[in-house]
Amino acid sequence: MTYGYFHSYESFGAVDGPGIRFVVFLSGCPLQCLYCHNPDTWVQNTKNKITADELIAKVLPYKNFISSGGVTISGGEPLLQAEFCEEFILKCKKNNLHTAIDTSGAISLDISKKAIELADLILLDVKDIDEEDCIKLTGKSNKNTFATLEYCEKIKKPVWIRHVLLPQYTLKKDKLERLSQYLEGFSCIEKIELLPYHIMGKYKWDELCMPYALDGIEPPTDKEVAEAKAIFKIT
Amino acid sequence: MKFNNGIWNNEINVRDFIVKNYTPYDGDEGFLVPPTKKTKKLWNKVLALLKEERHRGGVYDIDEKTISTITSHSSGYIDKDLEEIVGLQTDEPLKRAIQPFGGIRMVHTSLKAYNKELPPEIDNIFKYRKTHNDGVFDVYTDDMKKARHSGIITGLPDAYGRGRIIGDYRRVPLYGVDKLIEEKIKAKKSHDFEPMYGDLIKDIEEISEQIKSLKELKEMASFYGFDISKPAKDTKEAFQWLYFAYLAAIKEQNGAAMSIGRISTFLDIYAEEDLKNGVYTEEEIQEIVDHFVMKLRMVRFLRTPAYDELFSGDPTWVTEAIAGMCEDGRHMVTKMSYRFLHTLVNLGPAPEPNLTVLWSNRLPANFKEFCAKISIETSSIQYESDELMREKFGDDYGIACCVSAMKIGKQMQFFGARANLAKALLYALNDGCDEISGEKLCEGVGPISDGPLKFDEVLEKFDYVSEWLTKLYINTLNIIHFMHDKYCYERVQMALHDEEIVRTSACGIAGLSVVIDSLSAIKYAKVTPIKNENGLIVDYEIEGDYPQFGNNDSRVDEIGTMIVERFMTRLSKRRTYRNSIPTMSILTITSNVVYGKKTGSTPDGRKAGEPFAPGANPMHGRDKNGCIASMLSVAKIPYDFAEDGISYTFSIIPDALGKTEESKAKNLVSLLDGYIKEKGHHMNVNVLNRETLIDAMDHPEKYPQLTIRVSGYAVNFIRLSREQQLDVIHRTFHSMI
Repeated sequence: MTYGYFHSYESFGAVDGPGIRFVVFLSGCPLQCLYCHNPDTWVQNTKNKITADELIAKVLPYKNFISSGGVTISGGEPLLQAEFCEEFILKCKKNNLHTAIDTSGAISLDISKKAIELADLILLDVKDIDEEDCIKLTGKSNKNTFATLEYCEKIKKPVWIRHVLLPQYTLKKDKLERLSQYLEGFSCIEKIELLPYHIMGKYKWDELCMPYALDGIEPPTDKEVAEAKAIFKIT
Repeated sequence: MKFNNGIWNNEINVRDFIVKNYTPYDGDEGFLVPPTKKTKKLWNKVLALLKEERHRGGVYDIDEKTISTITSHSSGYIDKDLEEIVGLQTDEPLKRAIQPFGGIRMVHTSLKAYNKELPPEIDNIFKYRKTHNDGVFDVYTDDMKKARHSGIITGLPDAYGRGRIIGDYRRVPLYGVDKLIEEKIKAKKSHDFEPMYGDLIKDIEEISEQIKSLKELKEMASFYGFDISKPAKDTKEAFQWLYFAYLAAIKEQNGAAMSIGRISTFLDIYAEEDLKNGVYTEEEIQEIVDHFVMKLRMVRFLRTPAYDELFSGDPTWVTEAIAGMCEDGRHMVTKMSYRFLHTLVNLGPAPEPNLTVLWSNRLPANFKEFCAKISIETSSIQYESDELMREKFGDDYGIACCVSAMKIGKQMQFFGARANLAKALLYALNDGCDEISGEKLCEGVGPISDGPLKFDEVLEKFDYVSEWLTKLYINTLNIIHFMHDKYCYERVQMALHDEEIVRTSACGIAGLSVVIDSLSAIKYAKVTPIKNENGLIVDYEIEGDYPQFGNNDSRVDEIGTMIVERFMTRLSKRRTYRNSIPTMSILTITSNVVYGKKTGSTPDGRKAGEPFAPGANPMHGRDKNGCIASMLSVAKIPYDFAEDGISYTFSIIPDALGKTEESKAKNLVSLLDGYIKEKGHHMNVNVLNRETLIDAMDHPEKYPQLTIRVSGYAVNFIRLSREQQLDVIHRTFHSMI
């Protein structure tokens, strides 16, 4: 039996995939994004273990609410525990629940492939179009992310792209234009969601006594968000 | 008008008329029309009056010289040339009348608060005649007075009109007043040869009063130039006749809650017929609806500032029940259901009338999405489970106040406010003494053992206190309602009821989630009482975590079910006035703030004076797994043991409900469908930004119509006290980051 390292769940997610979602947060993440709003999920909490059976038992009482939505596996980086995701997705499928994986794509396809194949939808968080900047922002290269996207294209797996608009980092016209252009080549992409950077997770950094590198950076203005959306032709 | 015939032709039976004649509507909102020029003009006049009312400190004017009765005031208008529907409580809009039969004391206090005085000729009357309030206090025992004073039993309708009675106002347009009088005379005569004893004499006297009130109703309509002795002949008359009946009720009674019932689908029958025959256009019908709703928004009672503090502003609970399913399997959504909800767009959001959608998963998808959209825009709708209520009340019930279902014209309740269950728990821990005053109210509890609290011991003592409390509570209600029937009888409302009616004694509890979490803390963590120098427990030391209500955790949710079942079972054993059936609600309106203020620290970690959660809600900030987990915990409270309603308030910021307008509406529909499938009873829906509310606190003038829903009804946010505003803001805004 495989165990998953579990952080928490949210019974009402309306912004992580279609419809009402039961969102599972797994713990452990290979990235350390400067703007992360869940830094409390970075460390794999080996004390909080859960089996796929136990997890699906937590989900099923919510079936009446999520029958036209589904389950989203988030984190941390859920594909760090790809095997557990596979097991859990199979159980969701048995119960006719739509599944989505909310991932940065930072995990090597050798590990993540099968879970990606099983899920109904991939929410792929593209951190930065440029590798060097991506390393600065997250601590890791973006190579695996693009490999993941290409694999989704190959197997025709529906993808929703998510991209955080962080002033001084990703919120740059040139970057956004190149990203938009790159993404245009993928027919598997159903939707692009631009997420304006926010500071509502900052208190968690303080609680964890971790220095917050983005102090002084304000969330983007409505105008900046609108301009970015225009680049991606999002209405 | 041409209607399908049925039993309704031979007996007073509005339900039969509706079922035989209504037209379910499956389409969308595309047919709705914006306000007419006339409506806009009239509404602007009303808005100006409302502004002036706020400017004058909440009361526009008072007629302190005339005791309000059905015929006490001649006609009054906002603007006679513009009004499609006429009739005011006094001779001027928003002018409040005095209604002293519930209690002359309340009138004195209210007038004093607004720098007015009762003229001696009126004051003199009450030197010779008693009011309901006098009667009650003549009989109250010392224990009752103490319980009332400490607030373990609270909000009792012993000083003003009890309300919560819904006249079947539809009978007036359908049958005309003459026919109703004729039927009442027949009913009275039917007793002629029976032995005359107490109960029967009382019944007959009541019917006599009902007949008189119906005659006065006709007279009042004549002041406005209408003869309502015969049935209404078109849509406009149907609205007007019905409104006169309701107006008579609010002129006679200043009841705490004065619901209007379930009128929209009934009125749609007239509108459909008139549309078909070209008598009225859609514009004209919406105009009538808009003008009618304006009147309902202007219902005013004279009350004390203390009352307003308890209930937040100036509530009247003109509750209208919309939609639901018919017992024959058809849904009861009509175009009129849409038109009523559309007034929130045409006239803007408002707390009154208290629009209540009777939700079923089988309602048409178009209608559900329409409701969700209006909720998101206005936060002015509440939802209640038609699935739960239809089983018990059939398909022609209305909602009294916020959550209390009753068969229209066939059932009434004796409103019983509520017992503060959190205080009862503290009495159990303090040997029957009040945790604030130290005074002993409940004898024989016995002191609690030293050291950390033991669950079994606490529960045993809590049961003991509950036994005492339910006895005292029902006895108190019996006195109140005996006296209300005697001195402040709802003549015209009861004239619009059958003679054989079901009565309930509607008890209630406050502080449920505090008690649940307290018992859970005692069971699963280590809770040690901290005593003051007099040996009274004033606080608690809590070591360790404990499961909290609102997380869909059966370990603690089961405690909730147990508390509710045990308290209700105790209530049902008591002997009640007029053989009424005891029921129970879990509802606090906004009084959760005031009740919290009067309650000491509790073993769940809540500090003395902190607000309770409203209604059946989990305590603020303790639901950690999102709002559906919270809903599932509340939905587990058994409706069979809380038939008078279980109120749940749901607040969310718009961005957390979905990313597009369409997905927001769809997600809200899924939430409501899910909650009703899980046997949840009631839900207030607020879709508001925290930022908006904070701005409204500081700049009320920018938000004259900002409406939010609190436990069971809606209020104008800017009319809440600052403390209540803060409570609303601090309350869990279910927002996911």
